[in-house]
Amino acid sequence: MQIYLPIADIPVNIFLVLGMGLAVGFISGMFGIGGGFLMTPLLIFIGISPAVAVASVSSHIAASSCTGAITYWRRRAIDVALAMMLLSAGIVGTATGVWLFTELRALDQLDLVIGLSYVTLLSIVGALMIYESVHAELRARKGMPATLRRPGSHNWVHGLPLKMRFKRSKIYVSAIPVWGIGFIIGFIGAILGIGGGFLLVPMLIYFLRVPTATVIGTSMVLTLITMASATVMHAVTNHLVDAILALILMVGGVIGAQFGARTGQKMRGERLRLLLGLLVFAVGMRFAYQLIVVPDDFYSIRQVTEP
Amino acid sequence: MTLGRMLMVFVLLTASGATPALAERMVVSLSNNRVAVTSSFVGENLVLFGVIEPGPDRTGLRASYDLVVTMTGPSQTMRTRRKERVLGIWVNIDSREFVRVPSYLAILSNRPVDEIANADVRRRLQVGLDNFLLTQRIGPDIADTVRDDPYRVAFVRLETLYGLYRQSASAVTFLTPSVFRVAIPLPSNVPTGSYPIDVKLFSGGQMVARTTSTLEVIKTGVEQYLVDASRNYGLIYGAATSLLALLIGWFASVVFRRD
Repeated sequence: MQIYLPIADIPVNIFLVLGMGLAVGFISGMFGIGGGFLMTPLLIFIGISPAVAVASVSSHIAASSCTGAITYWRRRAIDVALAMMLLSAGIVGTATGVWLFTELRALDQLDLVIGLSYVTLLSIVGALMIYESVHAELRARKGMPATLRRPGSHNWVHGLPLKMRFKRSKIYVSAIPVWGIGFIIGFIGAILGIGGGFLLVPMLIYFLRVPTATVIGTSMVLTLITMASATVMHAVTNHLVDAILALILMVGGVIGAQFGARTGQKMRGERLRLLLGLLVFAVGMRFAYQLIVVPDDFYSIRQVTEP
Repeated sequence: MTLGRMLMVFVLLTASGATPALAERMVVSLSNNRVAVTSSFVGENLVLFGVIEPGPDRTGLRASYDLVVTMTGPSQTMRTRRKERVLGIWVNIDSREFVRVPSYLAILSNRPVDEIANADVRRRLQVGLDNFLLTQRIGPDIADTVRDDPYRVAFVRLETLYGLYRQSASAVTFLTPSVFRVAIPLPSNVPTGSYPIDVKLFSGGQMVARTTSTLEVIKTGVEQYLVDASRNYGLIYGAATSLLALLIGWFASVVFRRD
């Protein structure tokens, strides 16, 4: 059944989009991520313009992270103070990202920047995840404990000034890296249409030593608020949020996420991280291929003014 | 010169300018004057019917006619970009702006346009995609380029690929020597607005009659409402979409609650 998307200005098959929402929702629930890095490329692939895809996916991620955040809230697994600190910088990052998004679109370089950023970000993060999980798997095979460095061990981040205590997470760190991480996540999210959960969670663990008990819940609150505000900002500046598309994706996404979460709980942590790493790396390679291979067409057209 | 003589000259000029060349008259009618884009819109096929009538001076109808119908969509400014390899990756390196060109352009005829009239007539009357005026911004100037300009060729090729520009030499059928039928395809990605239709009748390589009609493409209902809201009330629209996301997220957490 075809449905006409008013802002994207194209008809799409409603079941195809719903199915994509379900599939990405399943993966996001399984790994505890938003899934924007999969959804945005998929939408571009079915013919929705990158700009509309990025703007609309932000509301879809807001919906799926809202479900997650509520679940973690009930388990009291959210560090509100840390989330608020990350947010204060995250909003600034999102606004900067939306501004840059508009500028790049005017310069005809948005597609290139989206492509290049996906390649760099996804292949590096994917490779690190694969390396880390294979390493952990091998250690487990040899009968060694599969733990990483314990929270409490210090690195250069802990030498920075402006220290703050976050009670729920039981950490004592400088506000500077917290703001830095918040800004980066907000910025990347707005430009690439990704929630950044798959970046935020490792960053919080490795740099700030946030314990696993609170890391996912806190990350989801941050994703929820940055993506909700990205939706508003994209709607105000670029008028590109397609509410119909977003609605179909949201419905598929929240349902898929429930089944994904159940599957994810049955799997071991390392195995799960390896799968996610492979997935992230594969998407990165897909973008690299697109940039390197000789295009079918050297020319492309873009609308500058509304008819 | 008296006022009376001036008027006389004026009447003579207008009369001599219009009547002799346009002996026949055409009456055309569209199957549908207004196309509504709804949530289930997947494009539409319109039909334009027309009759050629002898002129008021009772000149008889000629033996054979050719018909060229040009339908144009609302004008918009487009940019054509060219990719080149830079440091191993493909980058948009250069672009040209096409200023106020039609968003939809169909040139429909009963046989190939180069058989209907000679190159000079075709260029003057903009018959055929090659002869249609597509203005580009070239430095400070706005002008059409030669027809084999690579950007122009690429632009027309891509618009044709998306189904928005088309030229067909079989879309016009003469049912009788003086009654014709024109099939006008309207793809699903057409923008809304006014679509003027220009109908030119040729005989012996010259235009003998011309008439116009208009099609309106409008969005209705929810679609129009959403487009208006997103353009004019971006903040409220964005806030409402975000709120919808939160509601659906909350709803799912209630429905699927397991503890």
